[in-house]
Amino acid sequence: MAILVDSGTRLVVQGLTGSEGRFHGLRNRSHGTNVVAGVTPGKGGQDVDGIPVFDSVAAAVRETDANTAMVFVPAPFAADAMYEAVGAGVRTVVCITEGVPAHEMLRLHAFVEDRDVSIVGPNCPGALSPGKANVGIIPAEIFREGSVGLVSRSGTLTYQIGHELTQLGLGCSTIVGIGGDPVVGSSFIDILRLFEADEQTEQVIMVGEIGGDEEEKAAAFIEAEMSKPVVGYIAGYAAPPGKTMGHAGAIISGSAGTATAKKEALEARGIRVGKTPTEAAQIVAEIVGG
Amino acid sequence: MLAYGPTGLGSRGGRLARALDLHEYQGKELFRRHGIPVSEGRLALDPEDARAAADALGYPVVVKAQVLTGGRGKAGGIKLAESGDEVEARAREILGMDIRGHVVSKLWIERASDIAREYYLSLTFDRSAKKPLFMFTTQGGMEIEEVAATSPDALVRLHVDPLEGCHPWHARRLVYEGGVTDPGEQKQIAAVVQKLYDAFVGAEAMLCEINPLIVTPEGEVRALDSKFTVDDNALFRHPDIAELRDVSAADPLEALAREKGVTYVKLDGEVGVLGNGAGLTMATVDVVTFAGGRPANFCDLGGGGDAQGVVEALEVITRDPQVRAIFFNIFGGITRCDEVARGILQAVAQMGLELPIVVRLDGTNAEEGRRILGDAALPNLSTEATMLDGARRAVELAV
Repeated sequence: MAILVDSGTRLVVQGLTGSEGRFHGLRNRSHGTNVVAGVTPGKGGQDVDGIPVFDSVAAAVRETDANTAMVFVPAPFAADAMYEAVGAGVRTVVCITEGVPAHEMLRLHAFVEDRDVSIVGPNCPGALSPGKANVGIIPAEIFREGSVGLVSRSGTLTYQIGHELTQLGLGCSTIVGIGGDPVVGSSFIDILRLFEADEQTEQVIMVGEIGGDEEEKAAAFIEAEMSKPVVGYIAGYAAPPGKTMGHAGAIISGSAGTATAKKEALEARGIRVGKTPTEAAQIVAEIVGG
Repeated sequence: MLAYGPTGLGSRGGRLARALDLHEYQGKELFRRHGIPVSEGRLALDPEDARAAADALGYPVVVKAQVLTGGRGKAGGIKLAESGDEVEARAREILGMDIRGHVVSKLWIERASDIAREYYLSLTFDRSAKKPLFMFTTQGGMEIEEVAATSPDALVRLHVDPLEGCHPWHARRLVYEGGVTDPGEQKQIAAVVQKLYDAFVGAEAMLCEINPLIVTPEGEVRALDSKFTVDDNALFRHPDIAELRDVSAADPLEALAREKGVTYVKLDGEVGVLGNGAGLTMATVDVVTFAGGRPANFCDLGGGGDAQGVVEALEVITRDPQVRAIFFNIFGGITRCDEVARGILQAVAQMGLELPIVVRLDGTNAEEGRRILGDAALPNLSTEATMLDGARRAVELAV
């Protein structure tokens, strides 16, 4: 049944009347997403290629039963847009906007923590369930429908790995780009939990990169709570160590945050890790092939 | 010494530029504005300046290199001076010094402090908990990583709920659990804790660190150093902080890249790497390394990557004289490979590029992109079908 977005998705695009919002909103619709509304304050009553535009998310939800929001508004207003969507009762909010201040995200995260809401992003490519719905900027053409769940901190790297999977004849249940900002809504663990519970998903590939300790935490979660096989990939083995001034992240987490440290942390939990996108996809293929 | 800066978030292609590291003197100015006690000091750009500053401040003074890296003390970038002649001599030694690749062009001249005790206090982002995190220890004066490793119990950690904010109880808990016993010290440090939180939130910082936080023999608490890193994404509403960016402190090519809107990182090998998107660019650097090559640099075109963007990125990476071959690794999503191909041809023509260029295009309009490059039939340009093959070829050509 895929996760986050599927055939039951009724999408409201915040910022649909802007050039990016329009381009991707219509592109998502052409891939089968049920785009039911747009929101731009002051432009209520207009439409974008037949999609009605409302002044507020509350009005859009009332009139169209929207249940998912995609945020395409400029960075200074993106947090406001996310609060508005949550306040209007939207349960899944995907924020594509790049450049949202980290302190805004800290407060937003604290606000939604005890609410039954999924925030994906900001600064992420969104979520795609091939054959069902595409919410964001992931090029759907690269992917096929199937049983592999893909979760990633990076955009283009996600496409690269999706391409490798497709070349090997593998399809995906859902592809989720969680974004690479210091504070994002959904973490690896949040998405892994959804994949574990999803009937369509049989294997998962997790695409991480250097910095922070999300991959290490995910490794512990996978070992303790997941029955489905997970394959890892980490970008940044050759990243320059001299570029870091210090080790705040390392002191907080006890991990060095390097690609090698992450690979070792994953492998110590019995998770296989590919050193290149190609190798990671091949490991998934091996698992699928039994 | 902690940091979480451009640098600390670190080496992450497009994500490199997410934070602004401030110099010690700039961070101290922000501390001062928020009421955190700091020593009086002045900025100096040459030895004469330094002497005048010291004369005005009164002796003894400390001459401190202002560079955006750690290890200044060990490198000899911090020196005590008792007289005008000594200040000039120390300033002469330190100016122009290379500290971990950063050349010293600014000095902070500060009244020397008598130190009875050295503590450590910082406030940073805990990315996992998604909350600000205070860290405090009375075992200052040594590397904080060492305290964390050898006596973790001595390092007090306390999260703050960003919706609650920092209350006096947070400060009390840090001070008591840290083992500060003198009531005067307790009171002063508790005040610094709350003011540091104000500074952190006020500037939308990613890191505020005081190491050391000293106690003088007279019992006065003071911030003797500052590490202050601010979120780039929030600078639009902090113009006063945005203008503190020290353009001269950055690698000149990295500064040029910033100006052109691409992310560039200098490395030390021979293969110039161009990719689109931080993750893919990093993966490309990895693959070049696995193929036995050494990347000279890498440049992230970002999500867009139109023809003009390609031209500008090529301009940046080819200014590095170490580059012997270029590997272009593009996966078209939003980026269209035909646009990238046109950009490459335009750049080669404009710049008269003769370096070998290996191009791997995949994704949106990849076939058309490859056709455009094939039709141009340039002697120094070849295409490869996969990322691994492209990396291998580029490494061969760079030898």
